[in-house]
Amino acid sequence: MVDTETFLDVSIWRDQGGDGHFETYQVPRLANQTILDVVSWVQQHIDPTLSYRFACRVGMCGSCAMMVNGEPRWTCRTHVKKVVVEDCLEIAPLRNLPVIKDLVVDMDPFFDKWVAANAVFEPSRTRDDPMAPITPDDPMRIVADGAIECINCAVCYAACDVVAANPEYLGPAALNRSWSLVNDSRDAGQAQRLHAVSAGGGCHNCHSQQSCAKFCPNELNPTLSISGLKRATLKSLLRWDR
Amino acid sequence: MLTLRLYFAQRLTAIIMAPLTLGHLVVMIYAVQDGLSVAEILARTRGSVTWFLFYGSFVLAVAVHAAIGLRVIISEWLGVRGVMLSFFSWAVLVLLLFLGGRAVWMVTLAGGLQ
Ligand code: SF4
Ligand code: SF4
Ligand code: FES
Repeated sequence: MVDTETFLDVSIWRDQGGDGHFETYQVPRLANQTILDVVSWVQQHIDPTLSYRFACRVGMCGSCAMMVNGEPRWTCRTHVKKVVVEDCLEIAPLRNLPVIKDLVVDMDPFFDKWVAANAVFEPSRTRDDPMAPITPDDPMRIVADGAIECINCAVCYAACDVVAANPEYLGPAALNRSWSLVNDSRDAGQAQRLHAVSAGGGCHNCHSQQSCAKFCPNELNPTLSISGLKRATLKSLLRWDR
Repeated sequence: MLTLRLYFAQRLTAIIMAPLTLGHLVVMIYAVQDGLSVAEILARTRGSVTWFLFYGSFVLAVAVHAAIGLRVIISEWLGVRGVMLSFFSWAVLVLLLFLGGRAVWMVTLAGGLQ
């Protein structure tokens, strides 16, 4: 049980149109408190103008990600006791995305890259055709399974140093999604997809150092997916698969 | 800034360089057994098509590999992009080809075949 008399020193990034700075708040420490609880407490008890995003509070929607003590986290499922350092917390908007206000970032560049990576299903049948049967033990389905549970939270995107260094880079989440579609036997857009992930900002820019996998809250491994894309694109270049 | 083709060229040159590096190390260890002199080295390499091809392909692979590697570094660390980045990559390639090629030529075939 945590002593309710103790307080957390919480620095929160405040930003209204480019005047970004940290402000410090005293927040009572409670048992089983999440980072999102801390942010909500500040908004409800100290400053109602504090902006941040969340929806589900159970790790499903992917909208609550922020930088906590310098590392990207899904804040609704991150307990204070897991990340607090000497009763101090520093909470900032996600790295690698433009800030709209306070802790809210503009997710457009993130999702634009999903489109650029052709990380969108291209149907090969119409609604009038029969369902394509895919069994759970289908080898492609098993590979896709490893990449499929993404909640679009952009934690990996914030963790990636190549995204920071190369604004064109499509990033781990979009490429991970592309890889799950490369393993979808119903998809008709494979050639364009492999082409899309082979351009200047494509999968070949990944340094394979696995920050994305380290921080992905759903324990996906985008690095592994990206290495799959590297293999698939190389095969198509050398026409091994034709 | 790394496309599939550049990635492929860099992996391919790495594969070429691996055995050449080993060969170079083995010959180095063998060659220094009786001390290392200019005369001894040149006696081995002068007029030799084999050494010309060995170090010639080494220089080619190094030039391509290093140009692509440095391209990534200066793009990611210094933010160089576009035409400047291509110019830099080609300049590194040409410089390494020139310096390496000249060195290989001088110690192998410059004096003619033997
Ligand atoms: S492994 Fe690749 S995608 Fe993942 S963080 Fe590193 S560079 Fe980014
Ligand atoms: S791969 Fe993981 S970290 Fe990245 S967006 Fe999906 S769930 Fe979030
Ligand atoms: S609020 Fe939905 S994942 Fe955190």
